[in-house]
Amino acid sequence: MMDDEIRTVLAEHGRLAVDAQTLTDDADLYQAGLTSHASVNVMLALEDAFDVEFPERMLRKKTFESVAAIRAALDELAGAGVD
Amino acid sequence: MHDGAAATIRVGTDLVRVHDVAESMARFGDRYLRRVYTDHELETCGGVAARLAARFAAKEATIKVLRPADVRPDWRAIEVRRHESGACDLQLSGTAAAQAAAAGITGLAVSLTHEGDLAAAVVVASVDPIEPEEAAA
Repeated sequence: MMDDEIRTVLAEHGRLAVDAQTLTDDADLYQAGLTSHASVNVMLALEDAFDVEFPERMLRKKTFESVAAIRAALDELAGAGVD
Repeated sequence: MHDGAAATIRVGTDLVRVHDVAESMARFGDRYLRRVYTDHELETCGGVAARLAARFAAKEATIKVLRPADVRPDWRAIEVRRHESGACDLQLSGTAAAQAAAAGITGLAVSLTHEGDLAAAVVVASVDPIEPEEAAA
């Protein structure tokens, strides 16, 4: 479910050269055409979709390098909100 | 230069499509602008996508000369300062300033340009090879 939403965000905002729905979890998004500027859009769209905010410490290239990496970052942010 | 130790330079460049910036402005509005650009940049660009695209290119070009090992600095920690003459330079703060100091970067110069749907920036950094060793001592 979360992966579907991540792929939808990537399809709408990532400007990828390939279909986001066909990417494997570990596929390199930068190799797939994700630019630095598009990664800003992906970040903002993920924040909207999952009601989170990416802090500076998570502004690593690695955070947005794959569907699996994005999922891990969102899991961490969601966990941070739990008492 | 210090006692024969040659200063070196680093060069970074980046290219941004103006249309992409305009689309982000339309899609995310103030959230996009406030997340990426400083108050000074927003003021000096006057909402012109081409100018903002050139500044985004400058931020990315700066990151290329900083060569961060892991965490990328907040985009707002790299600011393009525009002077009355029209000349621009870079001002770093926060993580970007710390990374520049750690890399021994002693000076930065930037050049911006935009034409049609493309905006680009080149950043040159002077690097003092002495300082990182001193920092590690």
